[in-house]
Amino acid sequence: MEKYHFKPKSKIKEFLGEKFISLNAYLSLLAIILIFVFIFKEAIPIFTDADVKEEASVGKMVFKQHYYPDRPAKWGWQPNSEVPKYSLLPLFIGSIKAAIIAMLFAVPLAVAAAVYVSEFASLKIREIIKPIIEILAGIPSVVLGFFALIVLATLLQNIFGFTFRLNAINAGIALGLAVIPIVFTIAEDAMRAVPGTLRDASLALGANPWQVSFTVVLPAAFPGIASGVLLGFGRAMGETMIVLMASGNAAIISASFTDSIRTFAATIAAEMGEVVFGSTHYDVLFFIGTLLFVLTFLINLVGDYIRLKLKERLQGKLS
Amino acid sequence: MKRIIVILVMLTVVAAMVISGSSITVKGSDTLVRLGQRWAEAYMKKNPGVTVQVSGGGSGTGIAALINGTTDICEASRDMKPKEYKMAEKRGIKPYRISVALDGIAVYLNKNNPVTVLSLAQLKGIYTGSVTNWKEVGGEDHQIILYGRENNSGTYAFFKEHVLKKEDYADRTQTLPGTAAVVNAVEHDKYGIGYGGIAWATGVKDAKVKKDDNSPAVAPSLTTVSNGTYPISRELYWFFNGKPTGDLKKIVNWALSEEGQNIAKEVDYVPLPKEMALKSMVK
Repeated sequence: MEKYHFKPKSKIKEFLGEKFISLNAYLSLLAIILIFVFIFKEAIPIFTDADVKEEASVGKMVFKQHYYPDRPAKWGWQPNSEVPKYSLLPLFIGSIKAAIIAMLFAVPLAVAAAVYVSEFASLKIREIIKPIIEILAGIPSVVLGFFALIVLATLLQNIFGFTFRLNAINAGIALGLAVIPIVFTIAEDAMRAVPGTLRDASLALGANPWQVSFTVVLPAAFPGIASGVLLGFGRAMGETMIVLMASGNAAIISASFTDSIRTFAATIAAEMGEVVFGSTHYDVLFFIGTLLFVLTFLINLVGDYIRLKLKERLQGKLS
Repeated sequence: MKRIIVILVMLTVVAAMVISGSSITVKGSDTLVRLGQRWAEAYMKKNPGVTVQVSGGGSGTGIAALINGTTDICEASRDMKPKEYKMAEKRGIKPYRISVALDGIAVYLNKNNPVTVLSLAQLKGIYTGSVTNWKEVGGEDHQIILYGRENNSGTYAFFKEHVLKKEDYADRTQTLPGTAAVVNAVEHDKYGIGYGGIAWATGVKDAKVKKDDNSPAVAPSLTTVSNGTYPISRELYWFFNGKPTGDLKKIVNWALSEEGQNIAKEVDYVPLPKEMALKSMVK
């Protein structure tokens, strides 16, 4: 049994080793906090500075505004105008529209693939399909964006005859490609974590494999799938390069999914490069960054919480 | 041990080369970056030991870099804004502007679009959103699909100032990263319209532009831009921190020489008229 003796021989080494590992864990926590503090710090003038508030207070960024005396009030995003306009609503609508399309495209595909791989596929097929779907997560988003800009946009326009070649649907589908592996991986893990005893019991009671998958395993794994969907949604809201290239970047308010959109993340990416440090525009971009940070943080938090709950339930640790 | 010595020697040699040769960084306008790179290549071939690094990012990015002191030469397709001059002054930077070439902004149309001529007033209407249908400017009955550049591009700012007379672009304008993306979009979109440098129009056609209803329609070309008959043309600048001396003076005077201006012509920019180039040179 000597070779299974893992205990370090020296107490000091053990102490240092343990502290080193825990330090690493705390460092990543610290990094997240510092990132948030820095981003938020740059956005503070929006709440305090009178000159900045004059151009872009929180109220002005949310509600309709009269920019010119003789024209109707509108929501506008024109930061480089003679009269800068910083309405966040068109950007918010753009982000949501792209994320909705991405989820509508990705979730059915990813969940169906997860059901197949976890419940029906033979071991050999599973070992081919699973890595391939997960490789999709490794494709750089700029490549997906380029593909959507050049190939997908033309294809969709030829099939559906969209007026705008670059639109929410085009960007959403490309985003969906990035979201599929996230949802698939988590959903598949959740289904595989459903204890085999549940399957055996239902089969013994005369259920066929389809009934087992859809009435026993899928409901049992539902919280896990929901958590995957939420994490995927967070990715879709924060993803930048794909939407920057594939969405047309026009900040308009419309309910149509065939119009162009401009998202929060793409706006930051497109405009941060030229912005004058300390200007109102700069502060507003950091405010958007803070919003995105908080939004994705909350979504991921809820997603993780649901997943933990599922784990407890399946392992019988319900209190 | 031997290997370590070899590596050390190599590192020393590389370091010595870097230190002995002077290095010039050039940063800014995406319109000028191709020309900047060609100039850099030719200049480095002529002057071994000088390294010229050229990168793009947009005029705004280049000007910000000049103000922050992270570039020697800033390439810009527009003049600095009063706000930027003020920022530079605050940081102790004295911008020194030299025109190095000319450029026209072409209006791109899809090859299948029957419209060939647009006046400046029509262009303004189209891009501010008051003209939304091609039939209003003599084309088919279909909505006009607007393509433009991101707002960190000098092309965006120039077009806004000279064609839109500082009014806002229509909200529906789709902004794309880079002129190549605009050209690509118009190429695939029969009802699209876009704008960008005259060197870029492959796969699309240039609209002929009229200054007003009574003037002749002029297609963008080297000749029409340099003789000033094409209405949407501009000067391209290099900005320095103070009057350039030493290596910087040498490279700018070389770029303005006949040799430098011929390179500009080769890559489809418009060379400065001779007397203008002479006037631009640093004494």
